[in-house]
Amino acid sequence: MSGMSKIVKTSVNILFPLTMIFGLYVIAHGHLTPGGGFQGGAIVASGCAMIVVAYGSKWVFKQIKEKRLSSFESIGGVGFITVALLGLVFSSVFFGNFLAGSNLLFGTTPATGSTGADFNTGGVLPLMNFAVGVKVIAGLFVIVLVMAYASSVKEWDT
Amino acid sequence: MGMEFLIANILVLILTVVASLVAVLLRDLLAAAVAMAAMSLLLSLEFFILQAPDVAIAEAGVGACLSTAIVIIAIKGTKRTEDE
Repeated sequence: MSGMSKIVKTSVNILFPLTMIFGLYVIAHGHLTPGGGFQGGAIVASGCAMIVVAYGSKWVFKQIKEKRLSSFESIGGVGFITVALLGLVFSSVFFGNFLAGSNLLFGTTPATGSTGADFNTGGVLPLMNFAVGVKVIAGLFVIVLVMAYASSVKEWDT
Repeated sequence: MGMEFLIANILVLILTVVASLVAVLLRDLLAAAVAMAAMSLLLSLEFFILQAPDVAIAEAGVGACLSTAIVIIAIKGTKRTEDE
């Protein structure tokens, strides 16, 4: 699939950083606000699909290989299971929340009552949201990218 | 849960059905894909009215953007108009 006109490319250049920031915000605040790893990853992958539609899959394939995206997806899945197994090690329960209340990373106990949202809470939930986010970004982006590249190849020797 | 809630709910549902009918009846497949995106966006608005913002974000991201992109890529690979 080749690229589109200059108007589309300029619009995508303006909209792409905003989409990225909003998607990463939804992933990072997954334990406080609606959304989480899957929703934010779908938003970021939508921004990447916008790049594919505007610039063409051949240009995108010059920037990033699908092997690298596949390894990103594997990193996300392995990270999710690793955090779950660390819960088995440290708190003797699979998916155990061993960071909550420990005053370490994301370990602050949230204040009771109607206070402002404290980002530094949640224990292992933000880490799992990051892992799912990486997995969903890479998975959905590689689906769109391979679909665009395969539809641009004219001769199929079936 | 007042009267305006009910009116907005029914209006969004009617618009969803209208967008689905437009997507089915159109012969131009690119316009039908855009109507599908509009239907998905109205459905996510309906989820938001029913106080499920989590599902609304997922529906807007996957239904309105990614599936539309995949359908438009497929239309670009084949033909734009539907034959009788």
